[in-house]
Amino acid sequence: MSDLNKLTLAAARDRLRAKDVTSVELTQACLGAIEGSGALNAFVHQTPELALERAREADVRLAKGDAPDMCGLPIGIKDLFCTKGVLSQAGSAILDGFKPEYESTVSQNLQDAGAVMLGKLNMDEFAMGSSNETSTYGDVVSPWKRGNDDAKLTPGGSSGGSAAAVAADLCLAATGTDTGGSIRQPAAFVGITGIKPTYGRCSRWGVVAFASSLDQAGPMTKDVRDAAIMLEVMCGHDAKDSTSVDMAVPNFEAMLTGDIKGKKIGLPKEYRMDGMPAEIEKLWANGADMLRDAGAQIVDISLPHTKYALPAYYVIAPAEASSNLARYDGVRYGHRAKLDAGDGITEMYEKTRAEGFGHEVQRRVMIGTYVLSAGFYDAYYNRARRVRALIKRDFENVFADGVDAILTPTTPSAAFGLGEMADADPVQMYLNDVFTVTVNLAGLPGISVPAGVDKQGLPLGLQLIGRPWEEGDLLNTAYALEAAAGFVAKPAKWW
Amino acid sequence: MSIDVETAARVAKLARIKVEPEALPALAQEFSAILGFIEQLNEVDVEGVEPMTSVTPMRLKRRVDVVTDGNQQEKVLANAPDAREGFFAVPKVVE
Repeated sequence: MSDLNKLTLAAARDRLRAKDVTSVELTQACLGAIEGSGALNAFVHQTPELALERAREADVRLAKGDAPDMCGLPIGIKDLFCTKGVLSQAGSAILDGFKPEYESTVSQNLQDAGAVMLGKLNMDEFAMGSSNETSTYGDVVSPWKRGNDDAKLTPGGSSGGSAAAVAADLCLAATGTDTGGSIRQPAAFVGITGIKPTYGRCSRWGVVAFASSLDQAGPMTKDVRDAAIMLEVMCGHDAKDSTSVDMAVPNFEAMLTGDIKGKKIGLPKEYRMDGMPAEIEKLWANGADMLRDAGAQIVDISLPHTKYALPAYYVIAPAEASSNLARYDGVRYGHRAKLDAGDGITEMYEKTRAEGFGHEVQRRVMIGTYVLSAGFYDAYYNRARRVRALIKRDFENVFADGVDAILTPTTPSAAFGLGEMADADPVQMYLNDVFTVTVNLAGLPGISVPAGVDKQGLPLGLQLIGRPWEEGDLLNTAYALEAAAGFVAKPAKWW
Repeated sequence: MSIDVETAARVAKLARIKVEPEALPALAQEFSAILGFIEQLNEVDVEGVEPMTSVTPMRLKRRVDVVTDGNQQEKVLANAPDAREGFFAVPKVVE
């Protein structure tokens, strides 16, 4: 019964239904793997008693034959999701000790389906980062190494804990969130699958807000089938989130036929960047060949405003963050600074926020404050929102021309070493999101599929971008790509 | 655009984040780098383009105007750093 933690969701589900294994056994296997994984720093709050209790409940449901797809499957939850009675700090010191009195809709949906939460996963503070180096819990370390080099690598971010945990088989799957690439970039860095659905598919209720017009939750899984299974459970209309769409959620797994004959796949010329590593270029070309061999039609397309996506994002996301993070004031929850004699409420706010927010969060809140301030609102914020409309129009135009999906690299490079970007300009770090951020600005679904390794043996991902609300079709194209790529590399256990 | 130390101090004040005076020059420099990057947006012709308000055009749902929540004072206060007699406690605001 060993190695149960290495199963996919689909395999574990089938074995649970065959009464070949119990949820308690699966959960214990994962808890054992988590116990030995301190060096990765992925799970930051473990809930073993709660997990075993839910596993026992799931086993009762399974015995009765009442077994939804996720019933009994042990998963990790990103720290950004509020989970009732369990620490939920968004990777920030300002939410030190915060135990929500409520459960986020997405984690509730998973719980209702019988999924077993093993604990909370590390992440960049307030999901702001691309390397998981801004967390109050410390860096997450990728299970991957560059050949025989012992340097610690980033798992990517912001969902770095989720990525590392799934890649290291600490859980069968995990939730992530994606504001500018925070599911897809870490998935690519650790060789797993991650999908960000269309904006509005998953309820944002109870997910600590970063940039409300961009944030979406999604699954991070070992393969495309698992992504289909888990996404279906996470999605659905929620009256508590006015931007959640009231639309039927299809059976995504049933749409995985692998047949993509006649599909039109676009390759955007603007994603061919100067200085792009040859390996990434080759991976992309190989991906196009694989889809062509599977019967798809490959076409060159143009998304002319691509270049302006990152600058627009770095106006819009900080602007929304500065507004969303205004609530952390030391009054209602989390950290409050110790005050000196004579300090009033303004000093309390200022000291609390200086102590509670890390450097990157402070910088983004202040940039957001600046671009929203009187005299600059039109020049920065409104201009960025107009450019965003043009970016979305670019996609609408290619979809109107009959393109079904767009293929791009997920990231401009493989994972880098922890600390390697420490002296870089903040803009250098932002460039990690250059291929993913357009998808958030346009509200589209995007998926990263592991498609190869670089010369040092590190995973590389390809991204597919789909039409709005057509996650099922997108997952099917990803399924065909996955089958053709045949990615099977796993990190050698060193932790 | 170059951000000076005074502007950095003003932004920190607006954001209610205490920044020590010796940290302001480095902060101003970081702002300048980021805003310099953002200035590329000025190259784009946005004439006649409406600023996006919602990425998915949708009509917001309406709900019945009734009380759906309440009577949770203990839960609301449970995470407060300082709660007294059923209220959030803060330093004196009014003299």
